[in-house]
Amino acid sequence: MSFRLSYRADPGNPWFSWQYVRDNSDTILAAVREHASLTGRAVLIAVLIAVPLSVLAYWVRPLAGPILAVSGVVYTIPSLALFAFIAPYLGTGTTTVLVGLVLYALLLIVRNVVAGLNQVPPEVREAAEGMGYGRWGRLFRIDLPLALPGVVTGVRLATVSTVALVTVGVLVGHGGLGQLIFAGFQNNLYKAEIMTATLLCVALAVVLDLLLILVARLVTPWSTGRAR
Amino acid sequence: MTVAANPVGQAIVWINDPLNWTNPGGMLDRLGEHLTISALAVALGCLVAWPLGLWLGHVGRGGGVVVLVSNATLAIPTLALLTILPVVFASGFGKTPVVVALAVFAVPPLLANAYTGVRQVDPEAREAARGMGLSGGQLLRRVELPLAVPYLAAGFRTAAVQVIATAALASFVNGGGLGQIIRTGFGLGIAAGGGQIVAGGVLVAGLALLAEVVLGGVERLVTPRPLRRGRQRLGRPRPADATGNA
Repeated sequence: MSFRLSYRADPGNPWFSWQYVRDNSDTILAAVREHASLTGRAVLIAVLIAVPLSVLAYWVRPLAGPILAVSGVVYTIPSLALFAFIAPYLGTGTTTVLVGLVLYALLLIVRNVVAGLNQVPPEVREAAEGMGYGRWGRLFRIDLPLALPGVVTGVRLATVSTVALVTVGVLVGHGGLGQLIFAGFQNNLYKAEIMTATLLCVALAVVLDLLLILVARLVTPWSTGRAR
Repeated sequence: MTVAANPVGQAIVWINDPLNWTNPGGMLDRLGEHLTISALAVALGCLVAWPLGLWLGHVGRGGGVVVLVSNATLAIPTLALLTILPVVFASGFGKTPVVVALAVFAVPPLLANAYTGVRQVDPEAREAARGMGLSGGQLLRRVELPLAVPYLAAGFRTAAVQVIATAALASFVNGGGLGQIIRTGFGLGIAAGGGQIVAGGVLVAGLALLAEVVLGGVERLVTPRPLRRGRQRLGRPRPADATGNA
Protein backbone atom coordinates (compact mmCIF):
# COMPACT_ATOMS: atom_id res chain seq x y z
CA MET A 1 0.00 0.00 0.00
CA SER A 2 2.66 2.46 0.96
CA PHE A 3 4.56 1.42 -2.12
CA ARG A 4 1.60 2.35 -4.30
CA LEU A 5 1.24 5.66 -2.58
CA SER A 6 4.83 6.64 -3.01
CA TYR A 7 4.63 5.52 -6.62
CA ARG A 8 1.64 7.79 -7.16
CA ALA A 9 3.21 10.67 -5.30
CA ASP A 10 6.20 10.63 -7.62
CA PRO A 11 4.95 10.44 -11.19
CA GLY A 12 8.48 11.25 -12.35
CA ASN A 13 9.39 13.18 -15.43
CA PRO A 14 9.19 10.71 -18.32
CA TRP A 15 10.32 11.50 -21.85
CA PHE A 16 6.92 10.58 -23.13
CA SER A 17 3.60 9.98 -21.47
CA TRP A 18 0.28 9.00 -22.98
CA GLN A 19 -1.28 10.32 -19.81
CA TYR A 20 -0.03 13.79 -20.74
CA VAL A 21 -1.22 13.48 -24.32
CA ARG A 22 -4.68 12.30 -23.23
CA ASP A 23 -5.12 14.93 -20.56
CA ASN A 24 -4.01 17.76 -22.82
CA SER A 25 -5.33 16.66 -26.18
CA ASP A 26 -7.32 19.89 -26.59
CA THR A 27 -4.29 22.11 -26.03
CA ILE A 28 -2.10 19.94 -28.24
CA LEU A 29 -4.62 19.89 -31.07
CA ALA A 30 -5.09 23.64 -30.87
CA ALA A 31 -1.32 24.10 -31.06
CA VAL A 32 -1.03 21.77 -34.06
CA ARG A 33 -3.86 23.61 -35.74
CA GLU A 34 -2.25 27.01 -35.17
CA HIS A 35 1.11 25.67 -36.33
CA ALA A 36 -0.29 24.14 -39.51
CA SER A 37 -2.47 27.13 -40.33
CA LEU A 38 0.42 29.60 -39.85
CA THR A 39 2.67 27.45 -42.03
CA GLY A 40 0.02 27.00 -44.72
CA ARG A 41 -0.94 30.64 -44.89
CA ALA A 42 2.67 31.82 -44.86
CA VAL A 43 3.76 29.51 -47.68
CA LEU A 44 0.65 30.29 -49.74
CA ILE A 45 1.11 34.05 -49.46
CA ALA A 46 4.84 33.66 -50.13
CA VAL A 47 4.16 31.70 -53.33
CA LEU A 48 1.64 34.29 -54.51
CA ILE A 49 4.23 37.04 -54.07
CA ALA A 50 7.35 35.09 -55.03
CA VAL A 51 6.26 33.78 -58.43
CA PRO A 52 5.39 37.19 -59.97
CA LEU A 53 8.56 38.62 -58.39
CA SER A 54 10.66 35.86 -59.97
CA VAL A 55 9.02 36.40 -63.35
CA LEU A 56 9.87 40.08 -63.04
CA ALA A 57 13.50 39.19 -62.28
CA TYR A 58 13.46 36.81 -65.26
CA TRP A 59 12.01 39.30 -67.72
CA VAL A 60 13.82 42.42 -66.58
CA ARG A 61 17.38 41.15 -66.28
CA PRO A 62 18.82 44.24 -64.54
CA LEU A 63 16.36 43.63 -61.69
CA ALA A 64 17.51 40.05 -61.07
CA GLY A 65 20.71 41.07 -59.25
CA PRO A 66 19.09 43.53 -56.84
CA ILE A 67 16.11 41.25 -56.11
CA LEU A 68 18.39 38.33 -55.21
CA ALA A 69 20.83 40.55 -53.29
CA VAL A 70 18.08 42.10 -51.16
CA SER A 71 16.62 38.69 -50.43
CA GLY A 72 20.07 37.47 -49.42
CA VAL A 73 20.51 40.33 -46.95
CA VAL A 74 17.02 39.90 -45.46
CA TYR A 75 17.66 36.18 -45.16
CA THR A 76 20.79 36.86 -43.11
CA ILE A 77 18.75 38.80 -40.55
CA PRO A 78 18.06 36.44 -37.63
CA SER A 79 14.41 35.52 -37.12
CA LEU A 80 14.31 36.98 -33.62
CA ALA A 81 15.52 40.34 -34.92
CA LEU A 82 13.01 40.27 -37.77
CA PHE A 83 10.14 39.64 -35.35
CA ALA A 84 11.55 42.41 -33.17
CA PHE A 85 11.37 44.84 -36.08
CA ILE A 86 7.82 43.88 -37.00
CA ALA A 87 6.21 43.53 -33.58
CA PRO A 88 6.32 47.20 -32.50
CA TYR A 89 4.32 48.07 -35.62
CA LEU A 90 1.91 45.15 -35.93
CA GLY A 91 1.56 44.28 -32.24
CA THR A 92 1.78 40.88 -30.64
CA GLY A 93 -0.70 39.04 -32.81
CA THR A 94 -0.52 36.29 -35.40
CA THR A 95 0.00 38.96 -38.07
CA THR A 96 3.51 39.65 -36.81
CA VAL A 97 4.45 35.97 -36.98
CA LEU A 98 2.82 35.60 -40.38
CA VAL A 99 4.67 38.56 -41.91
CA GLY A 100 8.01 37.27 -40.62
CA LEU A 101 7.36 33.76 -41.92
CA VAL A 102 6.25 35.09 -45.32
CA LEU A 103 9.46 37.12 -45.67
CA TYR A 104 11.71 34.11 -45.07
CA ALA A 105 9.64 31.73 -47.20
CA LEU A 106 9.53 34.34 -49.95
CA LEU A 107 13.31 34.44 -50.23
CA LEU A 108 13.72 30.69 -50.48
CA ILE A 109 11.03 30.43 -53.14
CA VAL A 110 12.25 33.40 -55.22
CA ARG A 111 15.78 32.02 -55.29
CA ASN A 112 14.64 28.63 -56.55
CA VAL A 113 12.03 29.89 -59.03
CA VAL A 114 14.57 32.26 -60.60
CA ALA A 115 17.03 29.37 -60.85
CA GLY A 116 14.30 27.24 -62.41
CA LEU A 117 13.36 29.89 -64.96
CA ASN A 118 16.99 30.53 -65.86
CA GLN A 119 17.58 26.89 -66.70
CA VAL A 120 14.93 26.87 -69.43
CA PRO A 121 17.11 26.03 -72.46
CA PRO A 122 17.55 28.96 -74.87
CA GLU A 123 16.71 26.68 -77.82
CA VAL A 124 13.33 25.94 -76.28
CA ARG A 125 12.70 29.63 -75.78
CA GLU A 126 13.63 30.41 -79.36
CA ALA A 127 11.53 27.56 -80.69
CA ALA A 128 8.55 28.90 -78.71
CA GLU A 129 9.09 32.36 -80.16
CA GLY A 130 9.37 30.88 -83.63
CA MET A 131 6.07 29.12 -83.11
CA GLY A 132 4.52 32.52 -82.47
CA TYR A 133 4.12 32.44 -78.71
CA GLY A 134 3.82 35.91 -77.20
CA ARG A 135 5.41 36.90 -73.94
CA TRP A 136 2.54 35.74 -71.73
CA GLY A 137 1.76 32.66 -73.75
CA ARG A 138 5.37 31.58 -73.53
CA LEU A 139 5.42 32.25 -69.81
CA PHE A 140 2.40 30.10 -69.01
CA ARG A 141 2.84 27.38 -71.64
CA ILE A 142 6.64 27.04 -71.73
CA ASP A 143 8.68 28.83 -69.09
CA LEU A 144 6.67 28.20 -65.92
CA PRO A 145 5.92 24.53 -66.63
CA LEU A 146 9.63 23.93 -67.31
CA ALA A 147 10.56 25.84 -64.16
CA LEU A 148 8.10 23.82 -62.09
CA PRO A 149 10.79 21.59 -60.51
CA GLY A 150 12.50 24.76 -59.23
CA VAL A 151 9.19 26.03 -57.89
CA VAL A 152 8.59 22.73 -56.13
CA THR A 153 12.08 22.71 -54.59
CA GLY A 154 11.56 26.23 -53.32
CA VAL A 155 8.13 25.51 -51.87
CA ARG A 156 9.33 22.33 -50.17
CA LEU A 157 12.34 24.07 -48.59
CA ALA A 158 10.17 26.99 -47.55
CA THR A 159 7.56 24.70 -46.01
CA VAL A 160 9.99 22.63 -43.96
CA SER A 161 11.90 25.64 -42.70
CA THR A 162 8.67 27.52 -41.97
CA VAL A 163 7.44 24.68 -39.77
CA ALA A 164 10.64 24.98 -37.73
CA LEU A 165 10.50 28.76 -37.74
CA VAL A 166 6.93 29.05 -36.42
CA THR A 167 8.26 28.07 -32.98
CA VAL A 168 10.11 31.40 -32.75
CA GLY A 169 6.65 33.00 -32.71
CA VAL A 170 6.74 32.19 -28.99
CA LEU A 171 8.28 35.64 -28.71
CA VAL A 172 4.88 37.22 -29.39
CA GLY A 173 2.84 34.39 -27.92
CA HIS A 174 1.83 32.69 -31.18
CA GLY A 175 4.37 29.96 -31.74
CA GLY A 176 2.04 27.01 -32.36
CA LEU A 177 3.78 23.94 -30.99
CA GLY A 178 6.63 26.19 -29.88
CA GLN A 179 4.20 27.46 -27.29
CA LEU A 180 4.10 23.95 -25.75
CA ILE A 181 7.88 23.54 -25.96
CA PHE A 182 8.37 26.82 -24.17
CA ALA A 183 5.67 26.04 -21.60
CA GLY A 184 7.35 22.70 -20.91
CA PHE A 185 10.63 24.48 -20.39
CA GLN A 186 9.14 26.96 -17.97
CA ASN A 187 7.15 24.23 -16.26
CA ASN A 188 10.28 22.90 -14.59
CA LEU A 189 11.47 21.10 -17.72
CA TYR A 190 8.42 18.92 -18.22
CA LYS A 191 9.98 16.46 -20.67
CA ALA A 192 6.76 14.83 -21.91
CA GLU A 193 5.39 18.18 -23.04
CA ILE A 194 8.62 19.30 -24.73
CA MET A 195 9.10 15.94 -26.44
CA THR A 196 5.49 15.63 -27.65
CA ALA A 197 5.57 19.09 -29.20
CA THR A 198 8.99 18.52 -30.79
CA LEU A 199 7.96 15.20 -32.32
CA LEU A 200 4.73 16.70 -33.64
CA CYS A 201 6.75 19.57 -35.14
CA VAL A 202 9.09 17.22 -36.98
CA ALA A 203 6.14 15.00 -37.99
CA LEU A 204 4.28 18.01 -39.39
CA ALA A 205 7.33 18.97 -41.46
CA VAL A 206 7.69 15.43 -42.79
CA VAL A 207 3.98 15.05 -43.60
CA LEU A 208 3.81 18.39 -45.41
CA ASP A 209 6.98 17.55 -47.34
CA LEU A 210 5.56 14.20 -48.42
CA LEU A 211 2.31 15.90 -49.46
CA LEU A 212 4.28 18.36 -51.58
CA ILE A 213 6.24 15.53 -53.20
CA LEU A 214 2.91 13.92 -54.08
CA VAL A 215 1.54 17.18 -55.49
CA ALA A 216 4.76 17.62 -57.47
CA ARG A 217 4.38 14.14 -58.98
CA LEU A 218 0.82 15.00 -59.99
CA VAL A 219 1.61 18.36 -61.61
CA THR A 220 4.79 17.20 -63.35
CA PRO A 221 3.84 13.76 -64.63
CA TRP A 222 6.65 13.97 -67.18
CA SER A 223 9.41 13.95 -64.56
CA THR A 224 9.55 10.28 -63.66
CA GLY A 225 12.74 10.64 -61.67
CA ARG A 226 12.76 11.67 -58.05
CA ALA A 227 11.24 15.10 -57.58
CA ARG A 228 13.92 17.31 -56.20
CA MET B 1 -2.71 44.92 -29.90
CA THR B 2 -0.71 47.70 -28.32
CA VAL B 3 1.44 49.48 -30.81
CA ALA B 4 4.32 51.74 -29.84
CA ALA B 5 4.12 55.37 -30.90
CA ASN B 6 7.50 55.69 -32.57
CA PRO B 7 9.62 52.58 -32.05
CA VAL B 8 12.55 53.79 -34.12
CA GLY B 9 12.80 57.07 -32.22
CA GLN B 10 12.56 55.20 -28.94
CA ALA B 11 15.23 52.77 -30.11
CA ILE B 12 17.63 55.63 -30.89
CA VAL B 13 17.01 57.08 -27.44
CA TRP B 14 17.56 53.67 -25.84
CA ILE B 15 20.81 53.03 -27.69
CA ASN B 16 22.11 56.50 -26.82
CA ASP B 17 21.69 55.95 -23.09
CA PRO B 18 25.20 55.12 -21.83
CA LEU B 19 23.76 53.14 -18.92
CA ASN B 20 22.18 50.70 -21.36
CA TRP B 21 25.70 49.93 -22.57
CA THR B 22 27.53 49.51 -19.29
CA ASN B 23 24.84 48.26 -16.89
CA PRO B 24 25.09 44.67 -15.70
CA GLY B 25 23.13 42.87 -18.43
CA GLY B 26 23.63 45.88 -20.69
CA MET B 27 24.62 45.76 -24.33
CA LEU B 28 28.34 45.14 -23.72
CA ASP B 29 27.63 42.26 -21.33
CA ARG B 30 25.16 40.70 -23.73
CA LEU B 31 27.49 41.17 -26.69
CA GLY B 32 30.26 39.42 -24.76
CA GLU B 33 27.94 36.51 -23.90
CA HIS B 34 26.70 36.30 -27.46
CA LEU B 35 30.21 36.17 -28.92
CA THR B 36 31.46 33.68 -26.30
CA ILE B 37 28.58 31.25 -26.84
CA SER B 38 28.87 31.56 -30.63
CA ALA B 39 32.65 31.13 -30.71
CA LEU B 40 32.52 28.04 -28.49
CA ALA B 41 29.70 26.53 -30.56
CA VAL B 42 31.47 27.11 -33.88
CA ALA B 43 34.73 25.73 -32.45
CA LEU B 44 32.94 22.63 -31.20
CA GLY B 45 31.20 22.22 -34.55
CA CYS B 46 34.52 22.47 -36.43
CA LEU B 47 36.12 19.97 -34.08
CA VAL B 48 33.45 17.40 -34.90
CA ALA B 49 32.48 18.18 -38.49
CA TRP B 50 35.81 18.93 -40.16
CA PRO B 51 37.70 15.72 -39.34
CA LEU B 52 34.59 13.69 -40.18
CA GLY B 53 33.88 15.55 -43.42
CA LEU B 54 37.51 15.44 -44.57
CA TRP B 55 37.76 11.75 -43.79
CA LEU B 56 34.48 10.90 -45.53
CA GLY B 57 35.64 12.91 -48.54
CA HIS B 58 39.03 11.19 -48.46
CA VAL B 59 37.58 7.69 -48.50
CA GLY B 60 34.89 8.88 -50.93
CA ARG B 61 31.94 7.48 -49.05
CA GLY B 62 29.15 8.80 -46.89
CA GLY B 63 27.71 11.40 -49.24
CA GLY B 64 24.30 10.10 -48.20
CA VAL B 65 25.10 10.66 -44.53
CA VAL B 66 26.06 14.26 -45.23
CA VAL B 67 22.76 14.95 -47.00
CA LEU B 68 20.80 13.16 -44.28
CA VAL B 69 22.40 15.25 -41.54
CA SER B 70 21.56 18.48 -43.41
CA ASN B 71 17.96 17.49 -44.01
CA ALA B 72 17.35 16.21 -40.49
CA THR B 73 18.58 19.38 -38.82
CA LEU B 74 16.43 21.42 -41.18
CA ALA B 75 13.26 19.98 -39.69
CA ILE B 76 14.24 20.22 -36.02
CA PRO B 77 13.21 23.55 -34.50
CA THR B 78 16.10 25.32 -32.81
CA LEU B 79 13.90 26.10 -29.87
CA ALA B 80 13.24 22.39 -29.31
CA LEU B 81 16.92 21.51 -29.25
CA LEU B 82 17.75 24.43 -26.98
CA THR B 83 15.08 23.24 -24.56
CA ILE B 84 15.85 19.53 -24.71
CA LEU B 85 19.61 19.66 -24.24
CA PRO B 86 19.55 21.16 -20.73
CA VAL B 87 17.43 18.14 -19.77
CA VAL B 88 19.88 15.71 -21.34
CA PHE B 89 22.86 17.28 -19.64
CA ALA B 90 20.97 17.49 -16.38
CA SER B 91 23.42 20.20 -15.44
CA GLY B 92 20.83 22.92 -15.22
CA PHE B 93 20.98 25.94 -17.43
CA GLY B 94 24.67 26.64 -17.78
CA LYS B 95 26.30 27.57 -21.03
CA THR B 96 27.17 24.00 -22.02
CA PRO B 97 23.75 22.85 -23.31
CA VAL B 98 23.30 26.07 -25.28
CA VAL B 99 26.74 25.73 -26.85
CA VAL B 100 26.09 22.10 -27.77
CA ALA B 101 22.65 22.92 -29.23
CA LEU B 102 24.13 25.68 -31.40
CA ALA B 103 27.03 23.45 -32.44
CA VAL B 104 24.50 20.92 -33.76
CA PHE B 105 23.26 23.55 -36.19
CA ALA B 106 26.80 24.49 -37.18
CA VAL B 107 27.63 20.92 -38.20
CA PRO B 108 25.70 20.56 -41.52
CA PRO B 109 27.36 23.41 -43.47
CA LEU B 110 30.79 22.54 -42.03
CA LEU B 111 30.38 18.86 -42.81
CA ALA B 112 28.95 19.34 -46.29
CA ASN B 113 31.65 21.78 -47.33
CA ALA B 114 34.52 19.70 -45.91
CA TYR B 115 33.16 16.66 -47.77
CA THR B 116 32.64 18.55 -51.05
CA GLY B 117 35.99 20.29 -50.64
CA VAL B 118 37.87 17.00 -50.66
CA ARG B 119 35.65 15.38 -53.30
CA GLN B 120 36.17 18.21 -55.78
CA VAL B 121 39.97 17.75 -55.79
CA ASP B 122 41.11 16.90 -59.30
CA PRO B 123 41.52 13.09 -59.49
CA GLU B 124 44.66 13.64 -61.52
CA ALA B 125 46.25 15.61 -58.69
CA ARG B 126 45.38 12.73 -56.39
CA GLU B 127 46.85 10.16 -58.80
CA ALA B 128 50.02 12.20 -59.17
CA ALA B 129 50.42 12.39 -55.39
CA ARG B 130 49.91 8.63 -55.14
CA GLY B 131 52.50 8.15 -57.86
CA MET B 132 54.96 10.26 -55.88
CA GLY B 133 54.57 7.74 -53.10
CA LEU B 134 52.39 9.65 -50.68
CA SER B 135 50.48 7.53 -48.21
CA GLY B 136 46.76 8.01 -47.62
CA GLY B 137 47.32 10.28 -44.62
CA GLN B 138 49.97 12.32 -46.43
CA LEU B 139 47.69 12.67 -49.44
CA LEU B 140 44.94 14.04 -47.22
CA ARG B 141 47.24 16.43 -45.36
CA ARG B 142 49.44 17.70 -48.20
CA VAL B 143 47.15 17.63 -51.22
CA GLU B 144 43.48 17.31 -50.41
CA LEU B 145 43.39 19.53 -47.32
CA PRO B 146 45.12 22.56 -48.91
CA LEU B 147 42.90 22.28 -51.98
CA ALA B 148 39.80 22.08 -49.79
CA VAL B 149 40.62 25.25 -47.83
CA PRO B 150 38.30 27.56 -49.84
CA TYR B 151 35.44 25.17 -49.19
CA LEU B 152 36.27 24.94 -45.51
CA ALA B 153 36.24 28.73 -45.35
CA ALA B 154 32.87 28.90 -47.09
CA GLY B 155 31.43 26.35 -44.67
CA PHE B 156 32.93 28.24 -41.74
CA ARG B 157 31.30 31.47 -42.84
CA THR B 158 27.89 29.91 -43.30
CA ALA B 159 28.11 28.05 -40.00
CA ALA B 160 29.35 31.07 -38.05
CA VAL B 161 26.67 33.40 -39.40
CA GLN B 162 24.05 30.78 -38.68
CA VAL B 163 25.24 30.24 -35.13
CA ILE B 164 25.40 33.97 -34.42
CA ALA B 165 21.83 34.29 -35.72
CA THR B 166 20.60 31.30 -33.75
CA ALA B 167 22.39 32.33 -30.55
CA ALA B 168 19.77 35.07 -30.25
CA LEU B 169 17.28 32.31 -29.38
CA ALA B 170 19.39 31.26 -26.39
CA SER B 171 17.56 34.00 -24.52
CA PHE B 172 14.46 31.77 -24.45
CA VAL B 173 16.27 29.30 -22.22
CA ASN B 174 17.94 32.04 -20.15
CA GLY B 175 21.21 31.46 -22.00
CA GLY B 176 21.99 35.17 -22.31
CA GLY B 177 23.20 36.85 -25.47
CA LEU B 178 21.84 39.81 -27.38
CA GLY B 179 18.44 38.15 -27.74
CA GLN B 180 17.94 38.86 -24.06
CA ILE B 181 17.62 42.57 -24.85
CA ILE B 182 14.69 41.83 -27.16
CA ARG B 183 13.09 39.49 -24.64
CA THR B 184 13.42 42.07 -21.86
CA GLY B 185 11.79 44.62 -24.15
CA PHE B 186 8.83 42.31 -24.72
CA GLY B 187 8.69 41.77 -20.97
CA LEU B 188 8.13 45.51 -20.54
CA GLY B 189 5.28 45.43 -23.06
CA ILE B 190 5.40 46.86 -26.54
CA ALA B 191 4.29 50.37 -25.56
CA ALA B 192 7.08 50.79 -23.02
CA GLY B 193 9.69 48.43 -24.44
CA GLY B 194 9.20 49.07 -28.17
CA GLY B 195 12.42 51.05 -28.41
CA GLN B 196 14.40 48.40 -26.61
CA ILE B 197 12.89 45.66 -28.81
CA VAL B 198 13.90 47.45 -32.00
CA ALA B 199 17.33 48.32 -30.57
CA GLY B 200 17.91 44.65 -29.71
CA GLY B 201 16.81 43.68 -33.20
CA VAL B 202 19.28 46.16 -34.71
CA LEU B 203 22.12 44.73 -32.60
CA VAL B 204 21.32 41.09 -33.43
CA ALA B 205 20.84 41.78 -37.14
CA GLY B 206 23.90 44.04 -37.27
CA LEU B 207 26.12 41.42 -35.70
CA ALA B 208 24.92 38.74 -38.14
CA LEU B 209 25.43 40.98 -41.17
CA LEU B 210 28.85 42.09 -39.89
CA ALA B 211 29.92 38.46 -39.45
CA GLU B 212 28.72 37.68 -42.97
CA VAL B 213 30.75 40.55 -44.46
CA VAL B 214 33.93 39.95 -42.44
CA LEU B 215 33.97 36.19 -42.95
CA GLY B 216 33.14 36.71 -46.63
CA GLY B 217 36.36 38.73 -46.80
CA VAL B 218 38.28 35.98 -45.02
CA GLU B 219 36.86 33.46 -47.44
CA ARG B 220 38.11 35.56 -50.37
CA LEU B 221 41.55 35.90 -48.81
CA VAL B 222 42.09 32.17 -48.40
CA THR B 223 40.76 31.34 -51.86
CA PRO B 224 43.60 31.21 -54.41
CA ARG B 225 43.16 33.94 -57.01
CA PRO B 226 42.39 31.72 -60.02
CA LEU B 227 39.54 30.06 -58.16
CA ARG B 228 37.84 33.26 -57.05
CA ARG B 229 35.73 34.20 -60.01
CA GLY B 230 32.11 33.19 -60.15
CA ARG B 231 32.06 30.93 -57.15
CA GLN B 232 30.09 32.68 -54.51
CA ARG B 233 28.44 29.87 -52.66
CA LEU B 234 31.01 27.18 -52.84
CA GLY B 235 29.29 23.85 -53.18
CA ARG B 236 26.82 24.73 -50.53
CA PRO B 237 23.84 22.48 -50.86
CA ARG B 238 20.70 24.57 -50.73
CA PRO B 239 18.94 22.54 -48.03
CA ALA B 240 21.46 23.50 -45.37
CA ASP B 241 20.97 27.12 -46.34
CA ALA B 242 17.53 27.06 -44.93
CA THR B 243 18.55 26.18 -41.40
CA GLY B 244 19.92 29.68 -41.07
CA ASN B 245 17.14 31.30 -39.17
CA ALA B 246 15.10 28.58 -37.63
